[in-house]
Amino acid sequence: MPSSERPRVGLPPFEQVVQEHGPRVLALCRARVDPADVDDAWSETFLAALSAWPDLSTDLDVTAWLTTVARRKCIDIHRSRARRRTDPVAEVPEVVAADAETDDEGVWRHVAGLPDKQRQVITYRYLGGLSYARIVGLVGGTEAAARRAASDGLKSLREKEIR
Amino acid sequence: MTTETADLTRLRAGLAARADDAGLLDIAYRVVDSPLGALLLAATEQGVLRVAFASEGHDAVLTDLADRVSPRVLAAPRRLDEAARELDEYFAGRLREITVPIDLRLLTGYRREVVTALPRVAYGHTASYAQLAALTGRPRAVRAVGSACAHNPVPLLLPCHRIVRSDGGAGDYLGGPDAKRALLRLEGAGAGRTVGP
Repeated sequence: MPSSERPRVGLPPFEQVVQEHGPRVLALCRARVDPADVDDAWSETFLAALSAWPDLSTDLDVTAWLTTVARRKCIDIHRSRARRRTDPVAEVPEVVAADAETDDEGVWRHVAGLPDKQRQVITYRYLGGLSYARIVGLVGGTEAAARRAASDGLKSLREKEIR
Repeated sequence: MTTETADLTRLRAGLAARADDAGLLDIAYRVVDSPLGALLLAATEQGVLRVAFASEGHDAVLTDLADRVSPRVLAAPRRLDEAARELDEYFAGRLREITVPIDLRLLTGYRREVVTALPRVAYGHTASYAQLAALTGRPRAVRAVGSACAHNPVPLLLPCHRIVRSDGGAGDYLGGPDAKRALLRLEGAGAGRTVGP
């Protein structure tokens, strides 16, 4: 619980998100990964979402965001399966990845158009659920700069999103 | 229970456990039955943060905690097992002192001092608001004491029900006057007001 970060007013308790979106994310995971991996995909999705939740803007589209997180997690699972497989022919991840690139919903469509730093930080933070400390380890710079990049990126995403 | 519901129940329990292990479960909560109705228990990693009566609206209380402490809130009964067990024992008359760790981060200043002093009024005893004010070293702060008791975030765990009006009336209580009288009866406190050790 970061005491230096003032909690934003207006984000509902995360339990509400799980209750409201749990069944839909489960259906999505079932459609995209093997039955044996469904639990992992569902849990990874909500863990990443829980991690990012306090920093989310209250006006982001939670449904679209969670859908994107779940798709990424399903792709991750395909990729790690493919890496483990001895069979060199692993076409499944390519197909799923291509699909995810083209039909991401809502505001997340515009992430690709952000300046590099903002795009990287936002992807790691909101789609990967990484802490700012870990993001700085990946993209360099300071935590304060990473937070600023995330905040600027979210701001321009909101401006592009006319829902 | 359908398979779908059972799957989601299992997944949610697993999520709560993994979130706790990952240090992401800022507030865990559960609802327990009690002779005073359903009680919401919420805890941080440090201790019990909030005990709420049904009349306060459990959803409203959770929303308030999300705003004031952290929105990383999940139904996760495990962290509240010990508090639930002690409350059970207390309501059964078998436990006089609740000892689970308490997190008073919702309070600052004098209110915090007042609720911290509450356990000095022993089980089975009562004190007036004026007496509690004196116990905190501010004998004239009677109204502030009343207000602090009314906003005690952890009723039952810190016994604001033992603080009564100097005219003998039970006085206000978050859980309602009947709940307060029931607790005083439970503790056998009818014999008169005495400040504990």
